[in-house]
Amino acid sequence: MTQLRTLTFDAIIIGGGGSGLRAALQLAQSGKQTAVLSKVFPTRSHTVSAQGGITCAIGSADPNDDWRWHMYDTVKGSDYIGDQDAIEYMCNEGPKAVFELEHMGLPFSRFDNGRIYQRPFGGQSKDYGKGGQAARTCAAADRTGHALLHTLYQNNLKNNTVFLNEWYAVDLVRNANNDVVGVIAICMETGETVLIKSKATVLATGGAGRIYASTTNALINTGDGIGMALRAGFPVQDMEMWQFHPTGIYGAGTLVTEGCRGEGGYLINKDGERFMERYAPNAKDLAGRDVVARSMVLEVLEGRGCGENGDHVMLKLDHLGEDVLMKRLPGIVELSRTFAHVDPVKEPIPVVPTCHYMMGGIPTNVNGQALTVDADGNDRVINGLFACGEAACVSVHGSNRLGGNSLLDLVVFGRAAGMHIEETLNQGIEYMEASQSDIDAAMKRLNRWNESGSGETVPELKRDLQTIMQNNFGVFRKEDNMQEGVKKLDDLRARIANAWLPDKSDMFNTARIEALELDNLMEVAEATAIAALERRESRGAHSREDYPDRDDDNWLKHSIYHPADKTLSKRDVNFSPKTVDTFQPKIRTY
Amino acid sequence: MSTLQVSVYRYNPESDDAPWMQDFEIDTQGRDLMVLNVLQMIKEQDSSLVYRASCREGVCGSDGMNMNGKNGLSCVTPLSEVVKDNRLVLRPLPGLPVIRDLIIDMSLFYKQYERIQPYLQNDERPPSIERLQSPEDRDKLDGLYECILCACCSTSCPSFWWNPDKFVGPAGLLQAYRFLADSRDTHTQERLSELDDPFSVFRCRGIMNCVNVCPKGLNPTRAIGKIREMLVRNTA
Amino acid sequence: MVINILNPGRNGVADWMIQRASAVILGLYTIFMVAYMMFHPDLDYAAWSGLFSHLWMKVFTLLALLSIAAHAWVGLWIVATDYIKPAAIRFGALLFVILALFVFVVWGVQVIWGV
Repeated sequence: MTQLRTLTFDAIIIGGGGSGLRAALQLAQSGKQTAVLSKVFPTRSHTVSAQGGITCAIGSADPNDDWRWHMYDTVKGSDYIGDQDAIEYMCNEGPKAVFELEHMGLPFSRFDNGRIYQRPFGGQSKDYGKGGQAARTCAAADRTGHALLHTLYQNNLKNNTVFLNEWYAVDLVRNANNDVVGVIAICMETGETVLIKSKATVLATGGAGRIYASTTNALINTGDGIGMALRAGFPVQDMEMWQFHPTGIYGAGTLVTEGCRGEGGYLINKDGERFMERYAPNAKDLAGRDVVARSMVLEVLEGRGCGENGDHVMLKLDHLGEDVLMKRLPGIVELSRTFAHVDPVKEPIPVVPTCHYMMGGIPTNVNGQALTVDADGNDRVINGLFACGEAACVSVHGSNRLGGNSLLDLVVFGRAAGMHIEETLNQGIEYMEASQSDIDAAMKRLNRWNESGSGETVPELKRDLQTIMQNNFGVFRKEDNMQEGVKKLDDLRARIANAWLPDKSDMFNTARIEALELDNLMEVAEATAIAALERRESRGAHSREDYPDRDDDNWLKHSIYHPADKTLSKRDVNFSPKTVDTFQPKIRTY
Repeated sequence: MSTLQVSVYRYNPESDDAPWMQDFEIDTQGRDLMVLNVLQMIKEQDSSLVYRASCREGVCGSDGMNMNGKNGLSCVTPLSEVVKDNRLVLRPLPGLPVIRDLIIDMSLFYKQYERIQPYLQNDERPPSIERLQSPEDRDKLDGLYECILCACCSTSCPSFWWNPDKFVGPAGLLQAYRFLADSRDTHTQERLSELDDPFSVFRCRGIMNCVNVCPKGLNPTRAIGKIREMLVRNTA
Repeated sequence: MVINILNPGRNGVADWMIQRASAVILGLYTIFMVAYMMFHPDLDYAAWSGLFSHLWMKVFTLLALLSIAAHAWVGLWIVATDYIKPAAIRFGALLFVILALFVFVVWGVQVIWGV
């Protein structure tokens, strides 16, 4: 086996989205040799598609706003399996992180007094749910993700971060002690395979919405970090928790921000009824996303859906007037015209719940250190491995993320991971070098594809995977249906293991990348399926027809999926915030 | 008639001596697909065809290409907008080196973007909250910050074709003005003095190809005019 | 900042202003000439030579001549830097242009003050 070219950095960050760039910025500012490895040019990462905003108690719309209220909402939104120490950290550090973004130049929309514009979003309240709807989501029109990602990229340029753009990470390299000491990566332009050595490997690879046939996620959201972690034998947490966003454009799957409802839009069924008034009398259309998505599906199932097939509902915006729409939601107007052939200034937009966000991921602490669970059920830090953003499960979102909390999660925990890595590097760490056999192990699946001679091809296998997930692990889930799904996935895994890569060329071979992505989709899908089957209750985004109630006695827990034997165990949720009292689980209504 | 004739630019330096056009027949079943959907269907027939794509909703800027002679994003361009006589010709964005098929080497484009120092510069100590900005001042950034760096504009600009190493190009200049126009940026003078040579800004001849192709409906020509005005005021 | 050895003006702003200012002068000169000819349909040598014997006309014409030289120089420099990529050939071509313009100006001065 030929020797690979080796690159060495203090820290390698895999993923050029919001969390990766925020972590990179922290490290670049501290003078550490930092590289961001991204399979697309960083501003093409999926953070760019985030629309509505970044939720944070900066006290602009309401000077009395309090981060503890935000914390309460987030804990409640998570259906009480969000870790309260992490949520406390995020909500408390949030304002600092948002002001930093503004100082970096993020073009937030403004109120007349010059402060950052904030809009109402789902699940937001004042005074611990007692003070009515809050407006806590800081926005740059409806292009907040775009503005945030470009700002972070720009500031990384300013701080001379090294970028390995259009490089693809294949697998983690572990030494004999199971410490992560680097990653195998492909430079896509030349096809060269390179060993990247680093004392800190950060998985900031984002979500994996592409396991579903209908998703708001970018084509690149294939769960590469989750796949790498699972193949390295590390566990993942709460993978059954997938958020279905209430308003994906019917047919196209593109996202229509919750900010539409925050600005005063609402959902109607075929009778023109504002049906959310029945399901959530107080918050109405601004209830938690899981609640709204389920209500929409129920409307359709009960025969009140719109359109020829009665399979969607409508989002009404025209009453807001053209001025508000063009000022606050210009991107939505553009997307509706392009993908729904509907002008929201005049008519409602056809929408349907669409896979949107992975609440689960690689379990980490608030410092971004990846965790595994030892035989006795105790958390143990994985040396050298970090995760942040959607790929990580800190867990601040529990079983249902609130709108606007993902962008906050990215910057707060990207920053935290960066700060912690800086500190660790300053203290000095040494891990044992990887041996040739360690490197060969990480090269295994790339070699498998490169040597494949015949078999099924990637597009059909991917389609089958997405169909299984869509049909068997959607908004409503049922034991027998999921069992069938798990079995089908098992067959699919065997088929993928024998699949064929016809194009073996080196230069910018996107077919090879898609094949490697398929492996990751498979890992994520299976973890999701098994976790969903095993969690026998309904909580947050996980709704089971056969177990319709929340079961706090047995399941006020994180689920941990172990890839080695494909089993699920439970992990305690943190109920010990440092500066506030614990929020005790209550019945969750909006 | 639902079979679309698609002709795609092919070039793989590993195996091709010269670029060539490959013809495909795609059954659209009469649907008004996006051009990107057609590319995905072609890739299922021939996995060796390569192109960039990510968000598939026109905000990431990956899939700029030349469709029947006009630059645009394949993911938000419906067939009905570009197809003529049932024929679709797809080529890489013009003016920059081709790496393979529809994928171009955008290094020069990014270099011009980096050259204008695309980040806020403010030497004053930031306050403990955000810097205040009036809605009117913030409005000045509309039509500027939305750029997605897809390069449709710069690669449709003859001045950029002839001098991609010296002329910043419409995309870079739009961002240059985005920071010149930002009330929070204090480096106006430094920025202007980096731009007052005969190439960086003044190679723009105002032919508005950039405006014609921008998938986000932005107007780089107007921004360039504003920069020129600032430069002239600054000198005269 | 991009610098170029044969850059005629101080910088891009100067070039741009030279082009605009010279264009205005040339425009005025053209309008004047067209108008003059329209008001003198039976123009003969004596009238024509009489026009150019005025000092103000000599100055105006000289200004137009210098403007055309400056305008041509900036314009041709731009065209050359766009289309002629080999530096040596471009340098040669621009040298030829500047010499030709110089000869035209000197010759023009001689003609104007010869009236």
